[in-house]
Amino acid sequence: MKVLVAVKRVIDANVKVRVKADNTGVELTNVKMAMNPFDEIGVEEAIRLKEAGKATEVVAVSLGGAPSQETIRTALAMGADRGIHVQTDVELQPLAVAKLLKAVIEKEQPGIVIVGKQAIDDDSNQTGQMLAGLLGWPQATFASKLNIEGEGAEVTREVDGGLETIRIKLPAIITTDLRLNEPRYASLPNIMKAKKKPIEALTPEALGVDPKPRLKTLKVVEPPKRQAGIKVKTVQELVDKLRNDAKVI
Amino acid sequence: MDKDKLPIESPSVDPAVLEQIRSAVRDLCKRFPGAYWRELDRQKAYPTLFVQAMTEAGYLGVLIPEEFGGSSLGLTVAAAILEEVHAGGGNAAALHAQMYTMGTLLRHGSPEQKRRWLPEIAAGRVRLQAFGVTEPGAGTDTTAIRTTAARSGDVYRINGQKIWTSRAEHSDLMLLLARTASFDPGKKTAGLSVFLVDMREAVGRGMEIRPIRTMLNHATTEVFFDNLEIPAGNRIGEEGRGFRYILDGMNAERILIAAECLGDCRWFVAKARDYACERVVFGRPIGQNQGVQFPIARSYAESEAVRLMVYRAAALYDSGIPCGAEANMAKLLASEASWRAADMCLQTHGGFGFAEEFDVERKFRETRLYQVAPVSTNLILAYLGEHVLGMPRSY
Repeated sequence: MKVLVAVKRVIDANVKVRVKADNTGVELTNVKMAMNPFDEIGVEEAIRLKEAGKATEVVAVSLGGAPSQETIRTALAMGADRGIHVQTDVELQPLAVAKLLKAVIEKEQPGIVIVGKQAIDDDSNQTGQMLAGLLGWPQATFASKLNIEGEGAEVTREVDGGLETIRIKLPAIITTDLRLNEPRYASLPNIMKAKKKPIEALTPEALGVDPKPRLKTLKVVEPPKRQAGIKVKTVQELVDKLRNDAKVI
Repeated sequence: MDKDKLPIESPSVDPAVLEQIRSAVRDLCKRFPGAYWRELDRQKAYPTLFVQAMTEAGYLGVLIPEEFGGSSLGLTVAAAILEEVHAGGGNAAALHAQMYTMGTLLRHGSPEQKRRWLPEIAAGRVRLQAFGVTEPGAGTDTTAIRTTAARSGDVYRINGQKIWTSRAEHSDLMLLLARTASFDPGKKTAGLSVFLVDMREAVGRGMEIRPIRTMLNHATTEVFFDNLEIPAGNRIGEEGRGFRYILDGMNAERILIAAECLGDCRWFVAKARDYACERVVFGRPIGQNQGVQFPIARSYAESEAVRLMVYRAAALYDSGIPCGAEANMAKLLASEASWRAADMCLQTHGGFGFAEEFDVERKFRETRLYQVAPVSTNLILAYLGEHVLGMPRSY
């Protein structure tokens, strides 16, 4: 069985994000980039499936500009077998990403697709669900445990009320949550081997997908500065503040 | 190639791959945070888990040729690996010798010795981390060593004492320099030979290791030899030429230590900047005061200059161009810059700099070592004065 994982290049989680002066987005020049942490978890899970003999090949896909190749190389250094880079400089929104991934999936025919539950840059949390919808495949989102059993999979999901375990048929879309695994770091020999692994270059045109944005960003601003709290002396005062200042009751 | 035509940074390394290696080292080091190093420091314990992780990830075989199981990647990559360890708040002293001590074996060992040991060292199954040179009566004047190796049939018998032998308790092999002929004032550098001592067999059979407690957690020791027998086949290269053989390895060591200092510089500058921006006194962050801000900015400028010197020296080394002056200058400038950065960082933190949980006092102690070892600053200045500037020998 082939596993396909999607990997997105995002601002490194340790970088303090700053809004651009013209409020059109966040500052990306000279900012350290890295693989989306949820996608790293996806790559790790795919490699573990291969190591456990449940998968035969791990394919890492990234969409975006030329630097996205570095993110694919990171996946290859972790242990993925080959990469696919759909190159475009258009701003990609979740629906376009889902359509592009669908086209790649139809070409590659994987038995399971693992994507991060969200990317830490726009926090959309939409791609996996849209992709499953477009393909008409089952989906198991926010996975914290994945067991492949024959033609299906048992997946434990992190939901608001606790953990939910579901059984789905394959092929399916899995989106990863934080506790699914702890991703490995690449070893030096594997980084060097990754240089020789193939990355196939594709374009949205070649896949027959129009990736144009459908949503328009009006303004990006810093969150408001948090005000210092106050201490109240009595319950009466607290109720009064909640009712008249905060207006929440 | 002509020295002046070589680009400042090594042309032999793909920058994208180098960045990927740096990033992977950072990922690994994140699993060994300040708390890990503080606890070891408190117990004066060896960072076994960290060394294992770095070994398993293949970093310690970076300089060993591929045919012997290493990565053949050169000194620029090795320097970047150690720099990242230090920039992340860790310390590479427990493992850096596994990278370069094998250089003497690689350059001067017999094909059979190389086949026997290098793949084991590359895989980390055999640790070659101890280098027995310095003695109580012979420091920088290495040729004054008195430990002897007397040939008797198929064995050499070793007698004497070594001091400041780092990691001896955490190494399987020791590279040992000993006298095989008596001192000849006319030919000072002759009469010394290099041996590989298998310490797993030697402890209790003529070799004794005693740890020395020091200001920092460095796992250093003194080693005593009393009629220790080692196979004659463990001698590296020709008898009597050992001094030359070990000198060859010194440049690599200096460049790598300089890279660690560069990592320290980066850590001190980042730590000081973060604290200066957060700490509010008199209603504003202390980093807004020029008296606090400017020393941080100065340390940053110095560390960038050090970066150029370190990777320049590494590029020369990787291109096979003699780099004694550059390697020495990199070590000199880097160790002084990291010490100034340490002092600046401690001052920026005020009283909190002395609190263990900030890691500043630990890194402060650790980086002080590099002006003393390996090779003290004055000896570098003497080298530059005599051999580069052509002035009279000062010692």
